[in-house]
Amino acid sequence: MNDTRHCRLAFHGATLLARADGALHWPEQDALIVADLHLGKPERLARRGGALIPPYGDAETLARLSRALAETGAARVIVLGDGFDDTKARLAAQDTDRLVHMLARHEWLWIAGNHDPVLPAPGGGAPMAVLRDLALGPLFLRHVAMAGAGPDVSGHFHPAVRLAGARRPAFMIGAQHLILPAFGAYTGGLDGADPVLAALVPQGRAVLTGPQAVVVPWPLPTKRKRGQAAL
Amino acid sequence: MRDTPETAALPPAFAAWFRARGWMPNAHQLALLAHYGDALLIAPTGSGKTLAGFLPSLVDLAATPRTGLHTLYVSPLKALANDIGRNLSQPVTDLGLNLRIEDRTGDTGASTRARQRVDPPHILLTTPESLALMLSYPEAPGLFSGLQRVVIDEIHALAESRRGDQLMLGLARLRALSPGVRALGLSATVDDPQALAGLMGPAGRPVPVLHAAPGPPPDIAMLETDAPPPWAGAGGRYAVRDVLRAVAQARCTLIFINTRAQAELFFQALWAENADNLPIGLHHGSLSRAARAKVEAAMVAGELRAVVATGSLDLGIDWGAVDLVIQVGAPKNVKRLVQRIGRSNHAGTAPSRARIVPANRFEVIECAAALQAVAESDLDGDPRPSAPLDVLCQHILLLACAGPFDADRLFSELRQAGPYARLSRAAFDACMDFCATGGYALRAYDRWQQLMRRDGLWQLRDPRRARDIRMNVGTIVEPSMLKVRSRNAHLGEVEEAFAATLAPGDTFLIGGQTVRYDRLREAVVQVTPQPSRAPLIAVFSGLKMAMSTQLAGRVHAILGDPARWSVLPAHTADWLEMQRRVSALPEPGTLLAETFARGGRWYLALYGFAGRNANQTLGLLVSRRMEAAGLGPLGFVATDYALLIWSLDPVSDPAALIDRAGLEEGFDEWLGNNAVMKRTFRAVATVAGLIRPNLPGARKSGKQATFSSDILYDTLRRFDPDHLLLRITRAEADRGLVDFGRIGAMLDTLPRLHHVRAPHVTPLAAPLLLEAGRVPVTGSGQQRLIEEEAARLMAEAGLDAPPRDQA
Repeated sequence: MNDTRHCRLAFHGATLLARADGALHWPEQDALIVADLHLGKPERLARRGGALIPPYGDAETLARLSRALAETGAARVIVLGDGFDDTKARLAAQDTDRLVHMLARHEWLWIAGNHDPVLPAPGGGAPMAVLRDLALGPLFLRHVAMAGAGPDVSGHFHPAVRLAGARRPAFMIGAQHLILPAFGAYTGGLDGADPVLAALVPQGRAVLTGPQAVVVPWPLPTKRKRGQAAL
Repeated sequence: MRDTPETAALPPAFAAWFRARGWMPNAHQLALLAHYGDALLIAPTGSGKTLAGFLPSLVDLAATPRTGLHTLYVSPLKALANDIGRNLSQPVTDLGLNLRIEDRTGDTGASTRARQRVDPPHILLTTPESLALMLSYPEAPGLFSGLQRVVIDEIHALAESRRGDQLMLGLARLRALSPGVRALGLSATVDDPQALAGLMGPAGRPVPVLHAAPGPPPDIAMLETDAPPPWAGAGGRYAVRDVLRAVAQARCTLIFINTRAQAELFFQALWAENADNLPIGLHHGSLSRAARAKVEAAMVAGELRAVVATGSLDLGIDWGAVDLVIQVGAPKNVKRLVQRIGRSNHAGTAPSRARIVPANRFEVIECAAALQAVAESDLDGDPRPSAPLDVLCQHILLLACAGPFDADRLFSELRQAGPYARLSRAAFDACMDFCATGGYALRAYDRWQQLMRRDGLWQLRDPRRARDIRMNVGTIVEPSMLKVRSRNAHLGEVEEAFAATLAPGDTFLIGGQTVRYDRLREAVVQVTPQPSRAPLIAVFSGLKMAMSTQLAGRVHAILGDPARWSVLPAHTADWLEMQRRVSALPEPGTLLAETFARGGRWYLALYGFAGRNANQTLGLLVSRRMEAAGLGPLGFVATDYALLIWSLDPVSDPAALIDRAGLEEGFDEWLGNNAVMKRTFRAVATVAGLIRPNLPGARKSGKQATFSSDILYDTLRRFDPDHLLLRITRAEADRGLVDFGRIGAMLDTLPRLHHVRAPHVTPLAAPLLLEAGRVPVTGSGQQRLIEEEAARLMAEAGLDAPPRDQA
C-alpha cells in the first residue's frame, strides 16, 4: 500500500494515516477509525416532520466506508460515536443489508455518542454493544475530546476548514487532541476557528479531506502575516 | 386618447373632488370605471395609473358601503404598498368615505396579521409573498369570499420573475374563492401586452387591454464627455466630471449603475471630484435598510441633488422632483432603459430627460443601438420561463396548510392560472408525489409522508409542519448574505461567498467607505473603517445582466454595416474602420472568428453576440474541447459581445470546435459538475421546500444546522438522476446563468463562419484582452489551487509537509 492521497501523522508514538476520505487508518492496530456516520439521518428528519431529503445519504456513507475498508484491508472498524443519528434509526432495506454484511466481515467497536447512547439492532436481533470509551496503545478513543485527559482521538464536532475559497471537512491535530471530521455524507461542519474547537486545538495542523488529503499549519496564518513572512 | 372633460362618468362627489384639486380625470381612468370585468392597463409611469386602479373600488364603496375585504392591492415592493396607503388616505378623507385601508407585508406585526385574518379592512395592500401566506391559513375562504377587486401594480415587473407565477397561482385561488372577483393589472409600457394579458387571464385567455395615452417622447441621448470612453471596463469613472456637470445643471438626478460594486466605486469617484459638495446619496440592495430609508427620506424631502442607485430603485415611490436620469454603463435591455427613463418627470406632462454613459467602446455601439430602439419604441422581450414546477410545489404545500384538498379539483384550479394553463396531469402528479413522499425512486418515506390522503382528501401529516412551510414562502432565492458591522454600526450586507474570500487585513468598499476586514464572528463580518485607504477589493458582485437578444441583434447590425456608423461618435467609427482594414467586420448572419498570436500565446476570438452568460458557457465548452484536442487552453474571458480564449497552440479550424452535436455532447457531460448547476439546484430545492433556510435559530451556532445543498445534489445525481428537482434544475439552467438555449439560437442565426487569421491583435479583440473577469482553465481546478496554497503556507511557516503515505 503506497497511496499518496493520504497524509501520515505521528501522534504520541502512534503512526496514523489521515485519509482523504475522512477516515483515520492505524496500521499497527489494524484499525480503521471513523466518526459521526449519522446513519439514518434522512429517516429521522422525515419521522420528526422535517423535509423529505434524498434518502441516499446512508448508501453514500456505507459505500465510502466499504471502499476505505477494502483499500486499507483493516480488520477492525472503530466508530467514535454518533454512528447512528438516533437510537430508533431505521435504514432502508438495501442499506441494512449492506451494513449487516459489513458487520459480519469485520470486528466492530462502537463508542457511544450523544446521538446514539444505545445502538439500534440492524437486521433484527440484539442491539449491538456500545463502549463509553476505549484505551488503545498510547491513545484514548472517545466521542468528545476531554481537556486534561488526552492524548485522545475523537469526533463529535464535525470540524471543517476553509482554504482557497473551498470549505472542506478536516482533521484537527493539536498537542493532546486529534479530532476527526464527520464521515457521514449528510453532516454539517463546525469551523475549525470556532472558539470551542480552538480551545481544544489552539495550535497544530489541519488535514483537509477531498480528492487528496492536504495538510496546513493551524491556525491558518493571516494574509498580512504571510506577506511579512515572505519578506 | 386625450384627457376628456367627461367627468359626467364620475359620481358628483368624485367629480367635485377632482375639480377642487384642479385635476381632470384621465381618459384611461374613466375607461376603467366604465369597464366591467378583468382588464390590463398599459400606461407610462407618472400617468396616474394607480389612482385609476383604485377609482372603481372607491366609487363602488362610496355607493354601497359594506364590511369585509373589498379590494386587494398587490405590488412587488413593500415600500410601494406603504406609499399607496398614504396616497389613498387623501381622497378617502376628502370624500368622507368610511373606509379602512391597511397594509399587510413582511413588516406587519403578528397580532395585526392575525386580526386582519378575521376582521379585514376594506382595502388591503400587500405583496405576492404575503398573499401566498394569507392563502395558507384556514381562514382564507372566509376572508376572500366577498372580494370584489384585485389590483396588481407593476405587473410587468412581477411577470419577469417567478414571483409572477406565484401571484398568478394566488389569483386563480382568489377566483375560486370569490367567483365574481375582477382583476386589474397595471403595467408600464411592454413589448407584448397580449402576453401579459394572457398571463393574468383565467386559463390563459387574455383579458381586455386598455392603453393610456403615451407621454411626450423622451429627450434621451448619450452624455457628452470630455474624453472618449476607455477601451475596456465597466465602471464609467472616466465620465465622473461630465456627470457632475449634468447633476449641477439639473434639479434632481437619478444615476443608475448596473451592479452594486460599480455603484460603490462610482459614488466614491463622484465625491472625490465633488468640489461644490453637491448633496449626493447612494442606494443599493447591499446597504442596510436604515441606510436606504435615510436616503429615500432625504430624496422625498428634496435634500439631495442626486442618488447613485442600482436596480433597487427601478420601481418604487414617485419622486416628482427627479428631472434627469443618467444611466452609467450600457443598459443591456431596452425595456429596463425605458422604465428607468420614466423615473424622471413623474408629473407626466414634460418629456423625460435621460443621458447614457457608455463605459467602453463596445458599449458606445450598444448605447447607440439602444437609443434607436427607444426612438422606435421597439422593446425587447426575452421569453419568460413558463410554469416552473418548483413554484407549483410550494403553492401545493401552502394550500395544504390551509386545509384538506381534493387533487382533481386543485388540478383544474391550477390550470386557471395563466402560466399553468397547459399544465399536464403528469407534471401535476409528479409535483404532488414530491410534496407527499419526496418523489424518490427509493420509496423511503411512505411511513412519514408529508402529505397524506385521508377520506379522499390530501392534508399535512403533521400540522406543525405548516409553520416551517410558511416561514419559507417566496420564489426568489437570494444568495446567502452576511451582515457587515463596524463596532456597533450595521453598515450593510455582503454575499457569504464574497466574505469567504476575505482574509484579515483586506479592504473593501461598502456604503461609500473603505473598511478593513477583521474577522467573521457568529455570521457577522466585523470590519474597521479605513477612511484614508483605497480599497483593494470591491467585488461583491450582485447580478450581472446579460444583454437582451434583441439589443444584441441591433448591435451586430450596426457593427457589420458601415452605412449605419453615422449614429456613432467619430472615435468609435474610426475604430471599426480600422477593424475592417486589419481583419473583417462581423457581418449579419456571420459568426466572425479571429485567430492571432501574441506574447507566446495563441488567441481565438468568437464574436457571437450571445450575451455574457451564454458566451461564458460557450467558453467552458470550447476550452474543454481544445483541452481534448491537445491545444493547451489556458483561460478565457467572456463579454456580452464576444469570447476570447488563449492557448499554447493555435486553433486551425474554429468551425470544428463549435459544431452543434459536439457542443451538446460536451454540455451534458459538463453540466453535472458545474457550480452554476449547483447554485441553480439550491434555488430550485429551496423554492420547492426541500431545503428550508429559515428555521428558528438556524443561524445561531457556527455549526451548519444542515448539510450543504451540494451534497444533496450529488447524491441525487448518483442515485436518482430522473428526480423531479433535477429535471427542473436542468430546465432552469438551459436559460438563466447557463443560457445554453441562447448558444443554439446563435448558431441558428449566424450560420456562416468567417475565419480570419490576423497578423496580430485586431482592433475588436484588443479591448477583450483588457477585460476583467478572466476564467482560468485548470485541468484539476480547485484541488490544485488548494495544494499550491497549502504548500506555500507550510513553507512560509517553516514546516515541511509530512511525507505521503509510505507505510
